[in-house]
Amino acid sequence: MALYQALIELADDHLVLGQRLSEWCGHAPILEEDLALSNFALDVIGTARSLYAYAAEVEGKGRSEDDLAYLRSEREYLNCLLVERPNVDFAHTMLRQFYFASLMEPFWQAAVNSDDKVIAGIAGKAVKEMAYHIRHAGEWIVRLGDGTEESGARMRAAIVALHPYWEEMFTPCECDALPDRAALRSGWEANVKAVFAEAGLEWPEPVYGHVGGRKGEHSEVLGRMLSDMQYLQRAHPGATW
Amino acid sequence: MGVSPSPTVFEPVAQLQATPQGIYSKKKGQGMSNETPLWEVFIRPRNGLAHKHVGSLHAADEALALSAARDVYTRREEGTSIWAVRSDAIVASDPARAGQNFDPAEDKIYRHPTFYDIPEDVGHM
Repeated sequence: MALYQALIELADDHLVLGQRLSEWCGHAPILEEDLALSNFALDVIGTARSLYAYAAEVEGKGRSEDDLAYLRSEREYLNCLLVERPNVDFAHTMLRQFYFASLMEPFWQAAVNSDDKVIAGIAGKAVKEMAYHIRHAGEWIVRLGDGTEESGARMRAAIVALHPYWEEMFTPCECDALPDRAALRSGWEANVKAVFAEAGLEWPEPVYGHVGGRKGEHSEVLGRMLSDMQYLQRAHPGATW
Repeated sequence: MGVSPSPTVFEPVAQLQATPQGIYSKKKGQGMSNETPLWEVFIRPRNGLAHKHVGSLHAADEALALSAARDVYTRREEGTSIWAVRSDAIVASDPARAGQNFDPAEDKIYRHPTFYDIPEDVGHM
């Protein structure tokens, strides 16, 4: 079950983040970014689908990827708290994406060599997507941080708001088929701090980090998000296109 | 030269230098779509073909223009290469002069290669 749990953690990270990103659809500051955010969302939802499908196969109880996405409750979701944080504004959204992608790019890079061929396959596709997310979100962090008074203030507010949430991403998972997230932490910090330096942003003092997502203990925002996301399957069970 | 430059000439330049963000700061406080320049996007569909104009977009600078072009115009595997050019860097012909520009070519059909007989041995050109 270690593999099943590890896959669900990863899949939930991607689905919850994808749902958050797709909330931007039609609301982004400019059309170009509306499409970029939808592309981000589709990338991570695509990865989530592959992970759920594999998790369902590993579990062997006849559940489908849709069952796992739409018919589990909040407490059964094992995503880290960072990905469920609300969009707030463009700065928060880009910073959340940058933090997540900056972990997942090296994570998938290492997973490409996994003995598990399914994981290696998912990793091969995801690593390119995450590399692009880092680049695009990173460009915005530099421009917002080093931009106008307003954009700099919003970027700094986002950094403060998300600071209690990034450490949880590195909670180790007990599974040999996947790379050790804890080992990627120092590299992640170095990369993020380098971009902050370029953006003229300061890395804040350590704060008390929130954890619990990996045990199903979420902030109240996840429940509302899931009620939105799961509404159709709950109201019309088994509905298909 | 001994002649001091007229302050009215140099005033706008001094104002520009005083704003560290250049084009961003000139219209501070307005919506982003009002501040960001327009770019024309060219995509090369396959190796060996020419880049073809596909449309335009708004972006603050070169890096974001390429990023936006990738997100807006290559979502369906349209391309293998992207060019982005500032729209204001393009010089366009005046439609009012279309007559003097293009009409004189009308009666010179001998400029078309189809005017000449090509020996069959040459094959497809």
